[in-house]
Amino acid sequence: MENLALIAQVQGYTAIALGLIIGLGAIGACIGIGIMGSKFLEAAARQPELIPTLQTRMFLLAGLIDAAFLIGVALAMFFAFANPLLARFG
Amino acid sequence: MSAAEHAAAAGPANSTEYITHHLTHLTVGEGFWSFHVDTIFMSVLLGIVTIGLFWSASRKATTGVPSKWQAFVEIVVEFIDTTVKEVFHLDRSFLAPLALTIFVWVFLMNAMDLLPLDLPGKIAGLFGLHHWRVVPTADANTTFAMSLTVLAVVLFYSVKAKGAGGYIHELFTAPFGSNPLLWIPNFVLNLVELLSKPVSLAMRLFGNMYAGELVFMLIALLGAGLFTWTLGSTFGFFGQIAMGAVWAIFRILIITLQAFIFMMLTVVYSAMATEHH
Repeated sequence: MENLALIAQVQGYTAIALGLIIGLGAIGACIGIGIMGSKFLEAAARQPELIPTLQTRMFLLAGLIDAAFLIGVALAMFFAFANPLLARFG
Repeated sequence: MSAAEHAAAAGPANSTEYITHHLTHLTVGEGFWSFHVDTIFMSVLLGIVTIGLFWSASRKATTGVPSKWQAFVEIVVEFIDTTVKEVFHLDRSFLAPLALTIFVWVFLMNAMDLLPLDLPGKIAGLFGLHHWRVVPTADANTTFAMSLTVLAVVLFYSVKAKGAGGYIHELFTAPFGSNPLLWIPNFVLNLVELLSKPVSLAMRLFGNMYAGELVFMLIALLGAGLFTWTLGSTFGFFGQIAMGAVWAIFRILIITLQAFIFMMLTVVYSAMATEHH
């Protein structure tokens, strides 16, 4: 019974941690994309002839900004379904 | 068959089992020597498809009016060549084909994500295999293999542009200066920069593909309770179709983007490696 309580505790804390990982990562990624997108729109309005060049760069940056967030999501999913912290309990 | 295999063959008992079943690789061997046969097979197959597609275009190439396939291949090759030419200023006869291979191969491997979720499992079941993960780039082994190869290419270009001695000199004296007191900080910074490149390259692609696959599985679970005929489960079934479609469309963008980013960063890292300080 003691074991069950400990397992439940680990799982509860893991659940909270997963929420934090995904939530905080999403905040960072969205603010980053927002800032980058606004700069792109400003530049596009100022110099429409540069739109194709800037668009390529913008997509590249979008992928780079999303990278850390998605790595966090992948890690969170790993903890959700194969929690290594529970290995201690067998 | 043992009782456990009977239970597995009868279908998943709950949603966690469904997801963990779909996340398991077809593994041969144990521990360090375990091979993910499904990843190896799919990546080699798609590599052969990549090479075969471009080879067939070069076989039938004509200087007259091009066929549609030849025109498409020319567009792709020109796009890659322009991208490499903008950034890389040495002889690009090795890097541009490498970039093309990376782009098309990673794109095809990523595109396997768009196949219906249970289809590869059903097909593998016909051959008696219990697991089949069809997206090679959702396996960290593939992405790390590619990014370590890119690291080797970067080191090769560093040595080629600066000489072995020059490169080691730069490792210890850039960016702070050549005072012997600064050798350790310089080296630590350069090492971190050098090692962060393949790790971030691999983890970015792996994270994107793994998370995308997982969301497909979570969406599929919505429709699982259809035959319980509750209001929620019926909504879930039709919601699953709609959400799956939306997610698949979003994934088309991410698939292309991640392949492009992997290619672009390979070229940019190689170009940075040839810059002198």
